[in-house]
Amino acid sequence: MEKTISFKLNGRDVSITRNPLSRLLDVLRDDFGMHGVKEGCSEGECGACSILLNGRMVTPCLIPLGAADGQEIMTVEGISATPEGDCVVQAFADGGAVQCGFCIPGMVVAAYSLLKKNPDPTDEDIRLGISGNLCRCTGYDLIVESIKLAARRGRDLWKK
Amino acid sequence: MTTDDISKSVRRIDAVSKSNGSIKYMCDYELPDYLWARLVRSSIPRGTIREIHLPDLPEGYRFVSARDIPAGGQNQLSMIANDWRCFADGDVRYVGETIGILCGPDKTVLEDLYEKIKIDYEEAECAVTIDEGLACKGGAFVNGDNIHCRLKLEKGENVDDVFARADKVVEETVETGYQEHVYLETNAAACKKIGSKYQFLASCQCPFYIRKSVAPILGIKPEDIVVQQTTTGGAFGGKEHFPDVLCGPLLLAAYVTGRGVKIVFDREEDIEFSVKRHPSKVVFKTALDRNGDILAMDSKVYYNVGAYLASSFVVLQRGCFHVAGCYEFPSFRTEGFGVATNTFPSCAFRGFGAPQTLFAVETHMCHIAEMYGRDPLELKSKYFIKQGGVTSTNGRVVERVMIPEMLEQVLVASDYCRKAREYKPGSGRGIGISFYNHGGAFTGNGESAIIKARFRLKKYKDGHVELFCGQTEMGQGFHTILPKIAAHVLEIPREMVIFDDPNTDRVPDSGPTAASRSTMIVGYLCEKAAKLAKERYKTEDEFEIETQYEHPEGYPWDQSSFQGYAYIGYGWGVCAVEVEVDPCTGEVTTLGVWSSHDCGRLIDELIVHGQTNGGIMQGLGWASTEVLDNVKGHFKQTSISDYIIPTSMDYPKQECFYVDNPYQWGPSGAKGMGELVFNGSAAAYIDALSRAIGKRISSIPCPTERVMDLMLHGEGLDSALNAAH
Repeated sequence: MEKTISFKLNGRDVSITRNPLSRLLDVLRDDFGMHGVKEGCSEGECGACSILLNGRMVTPCLIPLGAADGQEIMTVEGISATPEGDCVVQAFADGGAVQCGFCIPGMVVAAYSLLKKNPDPTDEDIRLGISGNLCRCTGYDLIVESIKLAARRGRDLWKK
Repeated sequence: MTTDDISKSVRRIDAVSKSNGSIKYMCDYELPDYLWARLVRSSIPRGTIREIHLPDLPEGYRFVSARDIPAGGQNQLSMIANDWRCFADGDVRYVGETIGILCGPDKTVLEDLYEKIKIDYEEAECAVTIDEGLACKGGAFVNGDNIHCRLKLEKGENVDDVFARADKVVEETVETGYQEHVYLETNAAACKKIGSKYQFLASCQCPFYIRKSVAPILGIKPEDIVVQQTTTGGAFGGKEHFPDVLCGPLLLAAYVTGRGVKIVFDREEDIEFSVKRHPSKVVFKTALDRNGDILAMDSKVYYNVGAYLASSFVVLQRGCFHVAGCYEFPSFRTEGFGVATNTFPSCAFRGFGAPQTLFAVETHMCHIAEMYGRDPLELKSKYFIKQGGVTSTNGRVVERVMIPEMLEQVLVASDYCRKAREYKPGSGRGIGISFYNHGGAFTGNGESAIIKARFRLKKYKDGHVELFCGQTEMGQGFHTILPKIAAHVLEIPREMVIFDDPNTDRVPDSGPTAASRSTMIVGYLCEKAAKLAKERYKTEDEFEIETQYEHPEGYPWDQSSFQGYAYIGYGWGVCAVEVEVDPCTGEVTTLGVWSSHDCGRLIDELIVHGQTNGGIMQGLGWASTEVLDNVKGHFKQTSISDYIIPTSMDYPKQECFYVDNPYQWGPSGAKGMGELVFNGSAAAYIDALSRAIGKRISSIPCPTERVMDLMLHGEGLDSALNAAH
């Protein structure tokens, strides 16, 4: 059974006719080419596919396409094109947050989501904010430092 | 910008494209005309295949197996040993052994067909653990005794003579478990015949390994195969040889179907059916004088190799070369055994055999000290090896050993001495400390006799310089490091240096991206080439320079007896960990992690810092939560929700220190460091934890449930170790 599902993707109205039980992750990657949305575990555990659904961070590997109907989705592609998202990307690059990079798009989404809500986070807030995103390379310290850097550099951006 | 101070951090060249999601990993290539493939595997650990029942395959779908190998081809993967079969044929030797590869155009249909394949077996009794392998449970299946490989090393006075006159001889067994790599990007590869050559795209560490390993399956030359590495989302050794296991069947499927064929593992498949760190068992027998000082140390090192040898003899060798740790004992002997079991073959994992024996010797030393009421640090300090000291292979340490300076940094930062004194055993708080090293690059004369690394630098008319070698970026930062080395010598902006993911048709074989050798060996070849290019750069429009590895004179090695200079440059490390344990739940909170490392001169401070953080944390995971059980040949933890790796909440911010100890044969004085930083945190953590609960811990992992159990039933720290029989 196919249905037409419409939603906002990175600020653009889109629609697609598919089985509404398809994984949102597959639709974003295969039909909309959002390859920054990474599949790391397929069970909502690693956070590599993190996106924002109506501003809330979710893992689309666990979400059926139908749940996106009429909603707003931001992926790392859309987020990094905003001034705030770019601030996170640049801070990650300068702060040494990136190694193999596979978890990083999800981390950028997590950092953006955190700073939007809490522009002045403590180390503990940051660690909690990225605790749903697994990284095997960095030991997290430089990711935490980079998010602090993004908070500092983007002070006015985040407080808008 | 020119890089005048080599250690000063620069922005990684891949940082932005990895952060905004624009860089392509293997799973991001669309390859619409390629068939999807699924490996069909053994579901039993040992037995014979009676019959394979395939469903009716629609047009365009194929099942490919050993019987499709053309005349002149061989059913083997040519790794370091050639015993790992590409396809099980007749019998199966471990759960997950590839029996065939099913391919077809539609992924969903393929999945459905895959589920309908039924294989009848005649199951035999299997050996899973080291002890079962040694006991030849179910009958030996390798060499008549299930010993894949063995070696023996001796140094100083015969240990048996020392045992005869020692005040006390104690025995202890230290064990370590499986560890899964959990690179965030699962294994993936694709193969298609384009023109006269088979072209691979692969997430991998060693593109030249793949070529060499799979070519014999079709009876073709390695040069008939091209491997293009794709951006690799973590590897840690798990993509050193293992990609061959996917690429062999893919090659045959591409040959049989005449189509492109691709595989992307899902996570469950990747954990359940991939190589792991070798489980180990080290049995020490140590002679002591009346104060508990060490007179001689003997050890038997057993590694669970699994069903096939592949690269494991080299892993075992490195294990045995590191079982003396950072110490020089007056008399020393070790024997290593690679044990065959009906389990997925074990393979490379960051440290390559060294972490197991380093954990073992550090832990054993702690237990000897505690048995005599001594601080482990005080005992260990008596035996630190120094420059010129004789190693376990009767070579010498060539470089200055800066352990005293590193120790001082860690002691000051961690306040170890006060804490070690004040936290009483069993008080719920503990601090531990460990010492470790890692021999850089291939053992002995391996770099000159086997690898023979070649490197090429090319200058273009527009002033750009391109670097050519087989080294891969897998997260460690080499794509930033190598151009930095060249730019530093040539005094040109780093942006003028091009260095792409390797393609085996474009680059010379500079050896694998493994053994902490990339910066130390290939980086040095790059520095050498850049030095040769420097004058010509200003005057000539276009030219190429090739450099080749030359082993420094005067450091002999005999590979048949394992005698001589096993490594001419070591990385060194000191790590301290402080923990607090909840007396009711056994939950461990890590309060501090301090480390100091000697990796020569740092090529890039931030990259080294990131490697240190990640390596230490991976070691802490190995010691604590990363439980991976194998029951009847099946791994019981098959997802990230039951195989527990550290999150951002589990450990505090680390404090990292370095000493500057330039290495004479490394670029700007750099040595290897990617593995070193893994090698010590497990021992420091377990030392701290055992002091906190006042109980001896002789095996890892040690998750919360085991901490509880030890608190209730464990042996006290001051109890005597078993006397040797």
